[in-house]
Amino acid sequence: MTLSDQNRAPLYEALEELKTMHIVPFDVPGHKRGKGNKELTDFLGVKCLSVDINSMRHMDNLCHPTGVIKEAEELAGQAFGAKHAYFMVNGTTSAVQSMVLYVLKRGDKIILPRNVHRSVINAFVLCGAIPVYINPQINSDLGISLGMSYNDVVKAIEQNPDAKAVFVNNPTYYGICSNLKKITEIAHKHNMLVLVDEAHGTHLYFGEGLPVSAMAAGADMASVSMHKSGGSLTQSSLLLAGGNINTDYLRQVINLTQTTSGSYLLMSSLDISRRRLYLHGKDIFKTVVELAQYARDEINEIGDYYAYSKELVNGDTVFDFDVTKLSINTSGVGLAGIEIFDLLRDEYDIQIEFGDLENILAYISVGDSDKNIEQLIGSLSEIRRRYKKPRTSSLKHEYINPVVEMSPQDAFYAKKLSVEIKKTAGEICGEFVMAYPPGIPILAPGERITEQIIDYIIYAKEKGSLITGPEDMHIQRLNILQGGR
Amino acid sequence: MEFWYSEKHTENVYLSIKVDKQLYSSTSRFQRIDVFESFEFGRFLALDGFMMLTEKDEFIYHEMITHVPMAVNPDIKKILVIGAGDGGVLRELIKYSTIETIDVAEIDEEVVNVCKKFLPKTACGFDDERVNIYYQDGMKFIRRHVGEYDLIIVDSTDPFGPGEGLFTKEFYGNCYNALKEDGIMVNQHESPFYEEDAAAMKRAHKRIYDSFPISKLYQAFIPTYPSGHWLFGFASKKYHPLRDMNEAKWESFGIKTRYYNPNLHKGSFYLPNYVEEMLENVE
Repeated sequence: MTLSDQNRAPLYEALEELKTMHIVPFDVPGHKRGKGNKELTDFLGVKCLSVDINSMRHMDNLCHPTGVIKEAEELAGQAFGAKHAYFMVNGTTSAVQSMVLYVLKRGDKIILPRNVHRSVINAFVLCGAIPVYINPQINSDLGISLGMSYNDVVKAIEQNPDAKAVFVNNPTYYGICSNLKKITEIAHKHNMLVLVDEAHGTHLYFGEGLPVSAMAAGADMASVSMHKSGGSLTQSSLLLAGGNINTDYLRQVINLTQTTSGSYLLMSSLDISRRRLYLHGKDIFKTVVELAQYARDEINEIGDYYAYSKELVNGDTVFDFDVTKLSINTSGVGLAGIEIFDLLRDEYDIQIEFGDLENILAYISVGDSDKNIEQLIGSLSEIRRRYKKPRTSSLKHEYINPVVEMSPQDAFYAKKLSVEIKKTAGEICGEFVMAYPPGIPILAPGERITEQIIDYIIYAKEKGSLITGPEDMHIQRLNILQGGR
Repeated sequence: MEFWYSEKHTENVYLSIKVDKQLYSSTSRFQRIDVFESFEFGRFLALDGFMMLTEKDEFIYHEMITHVPMAVNPDIKKILVIGAGDGGVLRELIKYSTIETIDVAEIDEEVVNVCKKFLPKTACGFDDERVNIYYQDGMKFIRRHVGEYDLIIVDSTDPFGPGEGLFTKEFYGNCYNALKEDGIMVNQHESPFYEEDAAAMKRAHKRIYDSFPISKLYQAFIPTYPSGHWLFGFASKKYHPLRDMNEAKWESFGIKTRYYNPNLHKGSFYLPNYVEEMLENVE
């Protein structure tokens, strides 16, 4: 395989060829290239349905690739600087699960920042691993969680020399990066693998002047949401493996949970997007960076909004900032991020990615035009003019060190009771309690509940923080473990 | 040889004009620009395949979008024109010696250059010393101006393509903000006749109605626009387009017009029942 092969998209080409062959389908899917479901074909189009096929000769098989899927995966591996890239059709969640299941078995420890995506802790329920959390630090002015301090990682490694892996977000939802290179070095020195959640980092592999990617930093595995900044279809994703990984064993791990009917729509979208990124990624992300920077400058000029960027970099908990992210603090306008999120949608027909108590996040991509960006800026300026309120006292963020009493798995499967939240101090929690902002779990299954935690949940709820996770949607009761006291 | 320009007015309706020759064609950063010479309508300009003006009927559009607000408030001194790359609006405005400043925010410099070269009868106001032209997106220009203008004229293309942002709620809000306390905004308001145009017309009216205390529509008959029946929006913070009309003062200017006159001004605000109904439904 040479670099010029990056001009090819083997899976896409095989599908194009298949279309010309007029094979009579006596296999699944039963819609038979769309002919059996007119309504669906009218909606999605003949082109789409004609390539919604099953594994067959010449089209390879995702569970055991030897042909065009293998070639396409190898090209993706080369493009991302990985030993191998796996096409994932169950979302980045399944890529994260596979990383965890590869490294950890029952009772094994992993060091990770508390602001990991829920899918990571859910993966511990599957394998029985024990999490060792690091305080990701919080920027109280902005109300966002940051990256891991390098010294905290070192301390955690020294205190848990038996841990098998270190987990890193690169970057966070808001664009914050930890010192991935140094974390990787110290982890490797202690024979720990480095797993990276790069759900928001596909572009780091192709753009210039962006934070370092996991593979370039020497990490061992990375889960990359190609469907976010990479332009492929929703739910398609890549799992990247570095040099230390046994790629055949990793395939077996992936097959534990991945579908045996991998969608060719999703896989071809990965193949085509990889080629596009390799050939044009530099220009694409140059444009995205320019659009985001233009929007940031204009939004900061409106006043009261704060679209933050590299000035947050402090060499440690904000080691780098991903400038393609347009994260905006809204507290100066006196409105919660979520209120602006709703106003943009209801009043100005604009759908943004995310809004929490103090921030909004608008996703900028190559699909945007000057016009879209102007519309967003103009709307934010109008919202300020029409709805501005005096600044309210913001939520004081407090990081409470979790006390992990048992593995999330044991807690998940244990017998539970529903108890009024105020009476749960001293019990072991049986479910998640998440607060947005700052997007950090307050409790995960298997953790000891304290008075301090209960007070914080009630306080954050009163302040308008969105609390999710518990079975009781009103967060008046919590599920606790029977006999956990 | 027969050479016809055809424009889709709906999926099932075309307007075709026999063309003598094509004078110009190019694609700018924003849109495709074409100029044709026709037998019936003289020269005409098309942007992205939609006719913007013909030499024969452009006077109707340009007179109606300018003289109506000028007759309501003859003391207008400072004007912002958004779009208007063809210069027709400027040609009408510079007839008023009382106007002091006309700022123009046009996104596409190439349209201006093409019109100056091929449509000199229309694009003749750019050199007036009161005119300042800014080649930038109107949406961006307007954000930086607060309480500054007596009149804003939105001479936009259709609400798809480069003109899309000029039909949004935040744009109208930003216009409101850029106007003085007695400011007026007049805009190209699409047609009520064919379904798709009517939908855009209603959407625009709802957004303007929500943004301004006074929001009325008036009509004109423009043969080369879809259905020929065209609307303009008159939105204002203070002046009513009929009750506050200053007929005598306008007459005193002695401005020569071919379509507009004060009686027609009044009549143009009386709309067909089906149009009134559409507007009521969104108010």
